[in-house]
Amino acid sequence: MVRVELPFHLRKLAHVDEEVTIDVPGAVTPHAIIDAIEARYPMLRGTIRDYATNQRKPFLRFFACEEDVSFAALDAPLPEAVASGAAPFMIVGALSGG
Amino acid sequence: MSGVRLLVGTRKGAFVMTSDGKRDKWEINGPFFGGWQFYHLKGSPVDPNRIYASQSNDWFGQTMQRSSDGGKTWETVGNKFTYDGVPGTHQWYDGTPHPWEFKRVWHLEPSLSDPDTVYAGVEDAAIFKSTDGGQNWEELSGLRRHSTGSKWTPGAGGMCLHTILIDPRNEQRLFVAISAAGAFRSDDGGATWKTITKGLHSKYLPEPTAEVGHCVHRIAFHPSRPSTLFMQKHWDVMRSDNAGDEWTKISGNLPTDFGFVIDVHAHEPDTVFIVPIKSDAEHYPLDGKLQVFRSRKGGNEWEPLTKGLPQKDCYVNVLREAMDVDSLDACGVYFGTTGGQVYCSADAGDTWKAIVHDLPPVVSVEAQTI
Repeated sequence: MVRVELPFHLRKLAHVDEEVTIDVPGAVTPHAIIDAIEARYPMLRGTIRDYATNQRKPFLRFFACEEDVSFAALDAPLPEAVASGAAPFMIVGALSGG
Repeated sequence: MSGVRLLVGTRKGAFVMTSDGKRDKWEINGPFFGGWQFYHLKGSPVDPNRIYASQSNDWFGQTMQRSSDGGKTWETVGNKFTYDGVPGTHQWYDGTPHPWEFKRVWHLEPSLSDPDTVYAGVEDAAIFKSTDGGQNWEELSGLRRHSTGSKWTPGAGGMCLHTILIDPRNEQRLFVAISAAGAFRSDDGGATWKTITKGLHSKYLPEPTAEVGHCVHRIAFHPSRPSTLFMQKHWDVMRSDNAGDEWTKISGNLPTDFGFVIDVHAHEPDTVFIVPIKSDAEHYPLDGKLQVFRSRKGGNEWEPLTKGLPQKDCYVNVLREAMDVDSLDACGVYFGTTGGQVYCSADAGDTWKAIVHDLPPVVSVEAQTI
């Protein structure tokens, strides 16, 4: 099982606590995690990645094992610690706005 | 019908306010979805408890909410707004071609006959329709594919389709307005469109009477007389008596005719309300005095309405979606400000009272007579 930390507004939208645990079939990649998140929480579709381009929303970042993996290929495998559930995959909103 | 429910969209959440027919004491519920922008909320005329809401922010983009119990609880519905086919380009601020890109939903217009059917006006300008309660959206692409589409340009707030009117006598007739393209009418349910801009004059355009390029801020009509349209343009208050085929200026004695909102009295088709703003460069009331202007003669002769409104040091704006009327007797008029006030007049504008003073900036106000 993979642990995923969602930003505040997405947690509220999905009615979940800070961290969710999901089953990710196959290779654990950012895309695979988002696929699983969107399947479990359909209200989050279109909020993490763009419908048209499938790319990460510009004001969001992805972190794994204290590394910013936002600019890695979205289908690149994440560290084993994320795949095993030892460390969370973090979706973080930019600290910006008013 | 004995009461009013206000649906208020703000920069930081949605609010639902209710009152009895006296409209003196209000119960305020919210914020719903605190921290999110709500560009618009609107209830179905067929089932007022069915409410659609446009929720967005800069991080997560557009989401849509729907309530089936008058705004007490909400469910997330579809947010996939995909342009039909290859969207092509419109004109950017500097005159260069720019790809059409969906950004947000500015306006929701529920059908007059079916609570599951609703139109959405979006930025970059297009109109979408859902027939399943907002779960799925399909573009009525005849508008965006209009022969002038490649010449449409964004206004300062983006290239938004912000006004949708459905003719109560013929639901196949739709009116839309786009900043800064102009106004359009469809007589076949949105399949094809024609510009309705004859008579508009915009001095900032290279050709002031061009077919498109006019920054229309709002259009309103009275349901009993849907061929008479009232328009608040960037500058100029306008009127058409032939469904937009021709427009005439009705600014008359207004001290300034720049503004955003315009609305029509629920029982008097020739009584019109606007909130003049100082200028396109200074988006606040003239002389720091918040004034609603009312014409009882369909324009040209306007009277300031000030009783209960701040008459000094007031520098708020009233955005295009932030005024509405109820249909009680006497007609109630409501508007919200960027300073977070929502004002109510229970006597058709003669006197005003703030329902609330300190909300986040108000983007939209819809009144439901329930």
